[in-house]
Amino acid sequence: MELSLLVECFSSLACVTTQTVTGLVIALLLFLVASGLTLVFGVLRITNFAHGTFYMAGGYVTYAVYTATGSFALAVAAAAAATMAGGALFERTVIRVVKDSDPLMILLACYGVILIVDDLVKLIWGPAAVSIGMPESMRLPPVQFGGGVIPVYYLVLMAISAIVGLLSWYLINRTSFGRAVQAVSELPSMAAALGLNSRFYSLAVIALGCGLAGLAGALASPMRAVVPGGGFSILIESFVVTVIGGMGSIVGALLAALVLGMTRSYGSIGFPMFTEGMTFLAMLVVLIVKPTGLFSITEKR
Amino acid sequence: MLTSLSVPLLILALPLLTGRAAVLDFAAYVLVYGLLAMSLNLLIGSTGLVSFGHAMFFALGAYGFSICIGKGWGVPLSLLTATAVAMLASVLVGAFCVRLQHTYFSFITLAFAMVFANTVDIAASISGGDSGLTINASRLLLGSVNVGAGTPRYWFIAGLFTLSALLLLVIVKSSFGTTLRLVRDNAERAACLGVNVYLTRLLAFTLAGTFAGVSGVLATFLVAGSYPSMAAWTTSGDAIFVILLGGVNLFWGPLLGSAILRGLIDFTTVSTGHTGLVLGTLLLLIVLGLRQSPMDYLLARLRLRRHRPAATGPQPITPADDPALATKARHA
Repeated sequence: MELSLLVECFSSLACVTTQTVTGLVIALLLFLVASGLTLVFGVLRITNFAHGTFYMAGGYVTYAVYTATGSFALAVAAAAAATMAGGALFERTVIRVVKDSDPLMILLACYGVILIVDDLVKLIWGPAAVSIGMPESMRLPPVQFGGGVIPVYYLVLMAISAIVGLLSWYLINRTSFGRAVQAVSELPSMAAALGLNSRFYSLAVIALGCGLAGLAGALASPMRAVVPGGGFSILIESFVVTVIGGMGSIVGALLAALVLGMTRSYGSIGFPMFTEGMTFLAMLVVLIVKPTGLFSITEKR
Repeated sequence: MLTSLSVPLLILALPLLTGRAAVLDFAAYVLVYGLLAMSLNLLIGSTGLVSFGHAMFFALGAYGFSICIGKGWGVPLSLLTATAVAMLASVLVGAFCVRLQHTYFSFITLAFAMVFANTVDIAASISGGDSGLTINASRLLLGSVNVGAGTPRYWFIAGLFTLSALLLLVIVKSSFGTTLRLVRDNAERAACLGVNVYLTRLLAFTLAGTFAGVSGVLATFLVAGSYPSMAAWTTSGDAIFVILLGGVNLFWGPLLGSAILRGLIDFTTVSTGHTGLVLGTLLLLIVLGLRQSPMDYLLARLRLRRHRPAATGPQPITPADDPALATKARHA
């Protein structure tokens, strides 16, 4: 523990700027992944344990398209589209079959998907991490702000995440599609009686959720290693976010992601060895004090 | 009753049937991870609580034993101390965990296990950090016999396995075992009947954690020490996988599952190297095709066949009897 370093950091504006921006970047990426997870849980009441795999797949698609075409924007769009399609396929072939059985079966089916996809990317791209590096278009001089430096890519990433986050909130809360999704999640039989095709909406929601994970994986790929099995740690972090924020709550996911992002960013200075333990400690405390999370929607009784 | 006794007999008699070291090593692996899965099945199968953090108690047993041996303590004392540590930890952790159910129970056990795994990483002065704790196999003396290698090691593992498994069997078959299944199937009814649901779950959690600790102690004999991977989530994940392969409803199922998984891993590692692809495909086939363990499926089929000729006159077939009908009913 080097808590004195943390105190030192807080007394310097440059350090605070750098760490806060880093924390925000971590938080927004995490929010994109976790909002997909929480969306699927909120609507279908199932936990997609293979969610992290779509994050990893997003990174690999970005790598493949970027090395082939040289356009990073195209690569990100392709990753989002491909993971959405993958999510739809996943819903049709796996989730639809096990949806109503034992949660253990859902977990194991997802574990099977994780094992297969991890091995497939290993077959195609090899067991070592692939690196994209900062795309040509983003290699600009960093922005000076309050004595700290902020890479341009961080600003782009934050802007895209914020826009996508707002768009998905708008989609769920302000459009007829969102109302239909909410109706299906509240009472599927009633929604079906009113002529809503609940199968279509569960397909759409899972595709959307997986697409969000894929987009996050694509956006993170210039900064983080893209490696087989790389979906697991982000999955666990998303679990922490959904549990702290309350399963099914998108606003809760945003707040919890911010808390976790800041813990990680400042924690890397104050307690570099225990940042992961710290996030789980936070989840433990929430589970002990208020098991349903800070903003829960599951208590309908 | 016949299988209950023939399985331990077969396990104990194995060195008399074959002297090949490779076979005994394989069997020892299967027994150690089989015991881990059987202890977890006391929670998953009998109590209906799916724990993601069982590796924590496995690792506690392993690390506790390695630390005690490192201090120069004898094998019996180290074994008892490590088991007691695992038991104590499971009471403390269980007291928080069993308040929750379903997914939340899984998450809180996972959280405890991850905090523990991270603590093992940073407490390098006690746990050896990344490199773990190695134990000198020549120190593993029971009386004058070295149980750290060869056939004596197998006898030691098989003996402790059999003892633990028979204790677990007694627990499952006792009235306490019936109470567990009652709590699993209908906790509210159990509470109405005067069962203290919280204490029942806590006791099941403690027993499961204690036997996981014993399997952790035995694991140190296989790899001559304790390593961080023992505390990793994959250890818990594989134990759940083993239970699925072997069946939740069969007492010896997890042991069978452990043999199947170990055999598959060994086979695919040698032949193709694509263990994940093979295991994942198998898992999906089982889950999507049967939606239950193949062993549970076979067992249900066998029972169905045994009961049908005994029935007099036509009997209505309910979805519970006929898996195909149950599938149709679910899709309707």
